[in-house]
Parts: sequence; structure tokens; C-alpha cells
Amino acid sequence: MIFFKRVMWLVLLNLSVLSCASQQSPQENNLYQALGEQQGISKLVDQLIVEIVADEQIFPYFAKASVSYFRKGFINHMCAISEGPCEYTGDSMVDIHTGMNISEGDFNRVVELLIRAMESTGISYPVQNRLLARLAPMREQIIKR
Amino acid sequence: MKAMKRLLSTWLLCMPCVCFANGKILATPGVSQVEGAGGGGIVPWAQLAGYATEDEIAGSVFCSTAQVQDFRLKSCGAQINFYDRIEVSYAKQDFDVEPLSLTLSQEVVGMKLRLYGDLVYSDWPQLSLGVQHKMLETPDIAFALGAKEDKGTDVYLAASKLHLGAIAGYNFLWNATLRYSSANEMGLLGYGGTEGNGALHPELSAAILLNKHFAIGTEYRVKSENLAVKESNWHDVFVAWFPNKHFNMTVAYLDLGTIANIDGQHGWYVSMSGQF
Ligand code: HEM
Repeated sequence: MIFFKRVMWLVLLNLSVLSCASQQSPQENNLYQALGEQQGISKLVDQLIVEIVADEQIFPYFAKASVSYFRKGFINHMCAISEGPCEYTGDSMVDIHTGMNISEGDFNRVVELLIRAMESTGISYPVQNRLLARLAPMREQIIKR
Repeated sequence: MKAMKRLLSTWLLCMPCVCFANGKILATPGVSQVEGAGGGGIVPWAQLAGYATEDEIAGSVFCSTAQVQDFRLKSCGAQINFYDRIEVSYAKQDFDVEPLSLTLSQEVVGMKLRLYGDLVYSDWPQLSLGVQHKMLETPDIAFALGAKEDKGTDVYLAASKLHLGAIAGYNFLWNATLRYSSANEMGLLGYGGTEGNGALHPELSAAILLNKHFAIGTEYRVKSENLAVKESNWHDVFVAWFPNKHFNMTVAYLDLGTIANIDGQHGWYVSMSGQF
């Protein structure tokens, strides 16, 4: 199945490059793959959860949430925004984070925990930045709500 | 000196509420500029100095030195960042004129107001308005060269933006500043002169973050020629190191061109800052 998908990806990618119809560079299309696909993203989110649990500033926000629900939702979301073969089915960023009153500093702290998780799961610096570039525009939907 | 004391006392007053502001991402505030503002080395940037976000106060101290062929500049000072909205800065500059074995000194008190945005997150660049009030303590040489004043106030508008992953996955930062200044050689040779009374000039910086601890970049600062002696635009290429949120260090190669008709003024710049 995965093999078939890869072939499909490459065929589609080559077609779009050859036809010059592509709006996005092949590198951008590949973010999901650069993150290590489903397995890499799961590993990353698991490590992020470890970081969150150990963090004095951030853990209080999660104290009442369900780990398995968050894990599933976050993996699904990350897969979707990295243009993997997933459709995000959770609530909107605004709905999830409303009532939490997340500050700018809290948001940056989560970004730092994510960077740490990416480092310890071996994601390269350029790939880290490409993922952060997708997440940064969501800040307005998440903080101070 | 008075300004320094005032600054220190404000600072001590604030100490109990300054509990290590660290809400910003490493390296994003940049470094300290020779006139005391948060910025690059020679250009004030739109970012405010220190790691404070909306509910924090950050303090920083810095010392920088530039050694070129015939001159040496030492600049030390401090900044306080109130809630990522207002930056208040102070710098004391001592400029050794080696051929004449004398030192020119001035104080710079600065203020910067963040008008809009965030370097990393807003759609449009972060925008700040700043002033630098400079007081030359040793005006004799300046007046001898035809300067009109021993005090001056620069006003600048700065825009900056960090583009995440923009260049092959590396973060790209730029800053563009438009400054009105009547200063000659930053004010060390006074303000205004027989040839002019200052003007609006652009100053540009660009940097790439090689990883989360190192940035390399370049800056260009256009300057006025108000005196009969030649004055050049400034240019540098720098490496900045951010081992953590409490210390950073910058090393740069400087090309200051001609200062007071003495050509070939290039050399090295080293700067260190501490933040809390
Ligand atoms: C780029 C940044 C962020 C993204 C993309 C993001 C995304 C998500 C997603 C996808 C979920 C799970 C949604 C679901 O399926 O129900 C979630 C849940 C959650 N997020 Fe965020 N989030 C971000 C930042 C933050 C920050 C900064 C905080 C707090 C400091 C935070 C606190 C929470 C909490 C507590 C939950 C669990 C809610 C619950 O299940 O009760 N998030 N977030």
C-alpha cells in the first residue's frame, strides 16, 4: 500500500514538474515524507507529549485533557498540514483553544517544546523550519481566546 | 553619567518584577546596536531588545568594541523592554582617535515603540518607531570641523520580518530602517555642518539562521555628509552566536570607509550582551 502510494506520489510529482503546472515546489510537497510519514509524525507527537508532561509552564493546560484523544487529534492534524494522506477531522483551532487564555509566551514555549521534540527524534533543522512555517500562521487562532 | 544613574535606579526598582523574561524564541530579539538600541550591530531593528513578551519586562546590558585602522570605538549600555511594547536604551560611546591620541565621548538615550506586528508571526513585518537623543561630551573637534551642534536627535522607522524556512529550509530575517539624522559619524563629530543639516537615509540588514544558535548576516547604513571632511556609508558582515537566552556574542568585519578624510577604515567588531 505504502509502496503504491509512494509510486503515485512520484508519478504525480514528476507529472506536475514536467508540465510546469505546479504551484508548489516538490520540496514543499514532501514535508510529510520529510517528517517520516505516519511513523515519524507519531514518534514526534509522542515525544512532544513527553516534553509537555515535563513542562511546568505548559502541563497545567493539559492536566484535564485526555492524552489519547489529544495524541490522535494532533497526529491527524500534523499529517494534514504537512500534506500527508489525511484529512483533519477535529475541531477548529479556534474552538479547541477558546477559554484557555493562552499567552504569547505560552505559545512560544510550546514551539520550543516542539523544536526539542523534533531535535530528539532526528528531524533536520530545515525540515523543522518548514513545519514551523506551517504552524506559525495558526497562532492568531490559538492565543488569547 | 546622570542618565546611567537614573537607568540603574529604575532598574533596581524593577528587579523584583523581572523574573527572567524568556517568552520569545531564542535569537529572535537580535543583538545590541552601537547606539544602544536592539538591532543588528550598526542598524536599529524593529524588534525590541530582550526576550520579553506582552506580560514581561526584560533587561539587557551590552558592551561592544570596533577596531579599525586608525580609530577604536567602545560602546557599552543597557536596554529595558517593557512588555514587548517600549524599549528604553542607554549607551555610552568612547571613540579613540589614534593619530591624535584623543578620545571623543557621547551619551545616547533611546526609546523605541513597537507600532505593529511580530517579527515571526504577523502577516506584515513588525514595525517600530524609534528616537535616539545623543549628547556629545567632547565637542571641540566637532566644532573645529564646522559642526553646528553638540546634540542631536535621530528618528527612525524600522520594519523587520523573519521568514521561517524561506531559503532551502533556513530562516531568513531582514530589517529595513529609514532614519532621519543630522549626526556626523554617528554624532561623534557633532551634528549638522557647512555642507548640510542631515537627511533621511535607509539602513538595511539581512541574516540567515544556520541553526538555532548561529546567524550570519550583513548590514548597510547610509550616512550624510554635512561636514567638509569626507564621511562614508557603513557596511558589515557578521556572525552572531546565541548559546542561550542570557548571553549572546557577535563578531563582525567592518568597512567604515573614510572617517574624517582618513581612508581605509576597516577592521573588526566584537559585541557581547547579557539578558535577564
Ligand atoms: C501551533 C500550535 C498549536 C497547534 C497546531 C495545536 C493543535 C491542537 C490540536 C490539533 C489539538 C487536538 C484537537 C482535537 O482533535 O480535539 C489540540 C488540543 C489541545 N491544545 Fe493545542 N495546538 C497548538 C498550541 C497549543 C498551545 C500553545 C496550548 C497551550 C499552552 C495548547 C493547548 C491545547 C490543549 C490543552 C489541548 C487539549 C484540549 C482537550 O482535549 O481538552 N495548544 N491542539
